[in-house]
Parts: sequence; structure tokens; C-alpha cells
Amino acid sequence: MKKEFKVIAELIPNNTRVLDVGCGDGSLMNLLEKEKNIEVRGLELNQDNVQQCIHKGLPVIQGNAETELHQFPNQSFDYVVLSQTLQAFYNPEKVLKELLRIGKSVIISIPNFGYWKVRTKLLFFGKMPVTKTLPNTWYNTPNLHMCTIKDLFNFCDEKNINIKKVVGVNEDHTSLIKRSNLEIKNLFSKLGIFLIG
Amino acid sequence: MNSKNENIKKLVISKPLKLDCGKTINNFPLAYETYGKLNENKDNAVLVFHALTGDQFVAGTNPITNKEGWWVTAVGPGKAIDTNKYFVICANVIGGCMGSLGPRDLNPETKQPYGLDFPVITIKDMVRAQETLLEYLGIKKLLCATGGSMGGMQLLQFCATFPDKTFSAIPIACSSSHSAQNIALNELARQAIMADPVWDKGKYFLKNVQPKNGLAVARMVGHISYLSEKGMQEKFGRKLQEKADYEFSFNADFQVESYLRHQGYAFVERFDANSVLYISRAMDYFDLSKQFKGGLVEAFKTQKTKFLIISFSSDWLYTTKENKDIVIALNSSGADVSFSEIITDKGHDSFLLHVPEFLKTLKSFIDSMHDKFKNEKRI
Repeated sequence: MKKEFKVIAELIPNNTRVLDVGCGDGSLMNLLEKEKNIEVRGLELNQDNVQQCIHKGLPVIQGNAETELHQFPNQSFDYVVLSQTLQAFYNPEKVLKELLRIGKSVIISIPNFGYWKVRTKLLFFGKMPVTKTLPNTWYNTPNLHMCTIKDLFNFCDEKNINIKKVVGVNEDHTSLIKRSNLEIKNLFSKLGIFLIG
Repeated sequence: MNSKNENIKKLVISKPLKLDCGKTINNFPLAYETYGKLNENKDNAVLVFHALTGDQFVAGTNPITNKEGWWVTAVGPGKAIDTNKYFVICANVIGGCMGSLGPRDLNPETKQPYGLDFPVITIKDMVRAQETLLEYLGIKKLLCATGGSMGGMQLLQFCATFPDKTFSAIPIACSSSHSAQNIALNELARQAIMADPVWDKGKYFLKNVQPKNGLAVARMVGHISYLSEKGMQEKFGRKLQEKADYEFSFNADFQVESYLRHQGYAFVERFDANSVLYISRAMDYFDLSKQFKGGLVEAFKTQKTKFLIISFSSDWLYTTKENKDIVIALNSSGADVSFSEIITDKGHDSFLLHVPEFLKTLKSFIDSMHDKFKNEKRI
């Protein structure tokens, strides 16, 4: 189980209702359902992934989060999870607004473009960074809107979105991120996980 | 086409059934077939609803036509709906012509076949009759109910009318109400039948004949709508039927013409023209949101059933959009719903054909639902 999913699962209380947007093969949903008795729903574009969710008995709707979130009623979930896909949307701001409409709280994880290895690749080699969390090259990456933990922090402030908790993840190590330690955590976290709403 | 055949199992329903049109039928036969065995816990029953021209013979060999059952691709030993594991039930709809009460049967008042005196039936009437069959078979709650096309429509009606009768449901390639295009195509089929002079206002049975030409054309219309443009082009293109060049006549020069004629005239052997009129009418009248004042969301309000909606990308008769509207309504009512669009060129017919992705999805869902249902029963 990915460290990221463990952190996300810890952020969600038992017996709640959760929508996993871009739920992949259902690993996170499975964890939430089995260990926390959470009522899960998934939205997933890829046919093979949808198939795997159905095989596991997990409710999944095949569809595109960019265009099909409108089908979920206002505040119909306690939590909406979006794992490492915000940066891949054409219009992340619009998607984020939709997530906040559907969920009472929203959990978003982003690959951090402010991570030191990413910065040094660009600074010293003058090339677009390719790392474990960002494995694609510039011409085939699905990531259209890369951002840093600091960027998302500032974005939430600008849009008056309430930040409840931010967790930085680096390999197996996690730490709480606040305004006071933002600069340093933005440098040393591979992944940022935001609980907002 | 002999519905008195001893191979047809029939339940005679004595309880009066008040139809949507206001008339009441009683002591009427409902023909059905079952496959596999109901287990001790009664947690393995699967109900299949058939489409417009289907019947109760889902799997194996149809004993009346001696052809394969209409859903052998999905139902049978070792298939997606595995009859070694599940007890599969299918009934012929009322209005049909494979043993259930239909326009060909004798009207007790006139001692003659009903013809157009048969009451106009609805999808809801069909479903209510089939619920009586479940009662008779001693099944309080099904593991799963499924059906494609009109079968899917019956299933949506079944879930809305009896919210706690099935643990899971798989409506396939269907709609919660018939669109203008659907109605138009059905009207075309009906007009073809009624334009045949042999039809004689539905009284052809008096002369013991069938309006074959009209019925065949009606079937041809249907067949075109079951395929996709791309699928048809790939299968037939402009290929000629066993000839090197045009005949400069109106014979079936093209393979596609020959195919349609074959499908049309083969259908005449196994189906009754008045049944097509009645069943297609029931489909046109189907509008689930009209039945419930708050619309479709209201129809599913008390749902505990776990749904999987399946659509096919090249289906232009019951489009992905129409199927997704059902998903949206179920979502809005808070129901447990999954949805998958299968990518295929095979059009509306996909649910009857060997489409591996579809069959795999069907199997995965039913098997996982069986595990959940067993657990629920244990608790």
C-alpha cells in the first residue's frame, strides 16, 4: 500500500461517505471500505481500471472528471478525494470548485514541483525534470499545470478556501506543513496532501 | 411456433392483474424457463428480462425453434452468468407469443383469438406479472436481475416498483423512457405490419395466416437499428451476394440486402405480428419519470439495490447518454451505482454478441455481488 493512501485514509473518519475521483484500480477505495467501513464511490476514465474495481465489488462510474462531476449532487459526500490528478486537468480551478461543491471536505494530493530534486534538475541541467513521482518527459506528460505545495497553499488563500491540514510526504516520512515551515517543507516534500473545505 | 408445446413451462396466475389501461386479466398463463439449481440459502437466483423479440429460452437450445437460446453468449455452464453456480429464471412477457398470455390466445368472451381486442399492456404490467412468478418459485430476494434493451427497461421498472426484491441489478443498453427516435422506429415497424393487406386489422388468425411481408419489413427496420454504421460497413460494405456484378434488377444484389431479407423472413417463422404491435407499444409508453411525480430521482428514492449500468459506444438506439441519465438519477438519489461504457463497433446488438469486455464486466459484477449477498444473508 502506497504511503500516500495510508495518509489519506488517516485523514478520513470511519463510517463516512467518500467519492474517489480518478480512483484507478480501486486500491484506496478497497482500503477505506475494508478497514474503516466507509461507503465508497469511484469515478474512473480507464476501462481496465473500471473493470478491476467492479471485480473487487467496488462501485465505480466510468467517466471523465473534467466534464462529468456535475452528476453528483451538492454536498453529497463527506469527503472527495483527488489523488495526483489536479495538475492533469485542462481547468484545475473549475474541477476544484466542483469537488468543493460535492464534498463537505476535499482531500487533494499533488506531486510537488518545488521538491529540491525537481528544482536542481531545472537549475543545473536546464532540462524539464524527470523523477520517480514525475516520470514523464515534457512532450508526453499528462501534467498540464504543475504546481508546488506553496502554489496550492497560496491558491487556497487567494480563493478563500479553508485549509484544514496539509501533510508533506517524502518516501516513508510524513510531516505537517504550516505557513511557518512552508518554505522548508516545500523543498523537501515529494508529495503534498491537502485537506480543505 | 406452437405455444401449446409440452416443452413450455407455464404458471397460471389466478390472482387478477389490473392493467395500466384499466382492464383486468385473470387466470392467465405466464410461460417461463429456469436453468441451474436454486441453492438451499436461496442466494443464487438471477432473473433475466427479455427484449422485444426474445422469449424465456435464454440458454441452451430453444426447444420450439431448435435454435440456440437468445443469450447463449452470456448464460450457460461456465459462462458469465454461470448456470453451474446460479439459478437463472426468465419469463415470456405478457403480450408475447411463446406461451404467456398474448393476442393470439383465445378471448374467453368471444371464444376467438383476441387479435386487437387484447388489452394494451405496459412494461409495468409485464413486470408485475413476473413478480408473481418469483413468489411462486419461493424467491423473496434475487441475487441479481438483468436485461438488455426492453429487458433493461423492465428491470428499471421492476426496481422502482419493488425496491427490495433484488440485491443487485444490471440494466444494459436501455433507457428510462423511449425517445422520439425510438418511438419513430417502432412506428415504422408497426406501420409495415399494418400496411400488409394480410394483417386485416389484426384478424389474420381467422384465416390461419400471418402478414409475413409486413412482419419481415418490421424486423428489417429493427435489424438496421441494432447495428452501427461502422459495423455494417465492415461486415457488408458494398459486397455483392454470390455474384460477380450487378444484375440490373431488384433482387438482392448486395449482401446487406440478402442479410436483411434473411433476418426478416426467418423472424416470421417464430413471431406473431400482433405481438410486435403490442410489445413495441408497451416500450413506447414506457416513461419511468412520468410515473413518479418527482421524476426519475424519485423513482429510485428507496433503492437499496446495487446497480451496474452498461452501455455500448456504438449503440445509437439506446445511447450512452441515455444510459448515463439513469446513472445520474441513481446518483442523485444516493443509490449504489456503477457504470461502464463498453467500446465496440457492434451497436445495440453488442449485448447479445461475443463482446469479451462486456462479458468480463458482467461476470466480475455478478460474482462479486454473490460474495456480498452471501455475507449479508449470513449477518
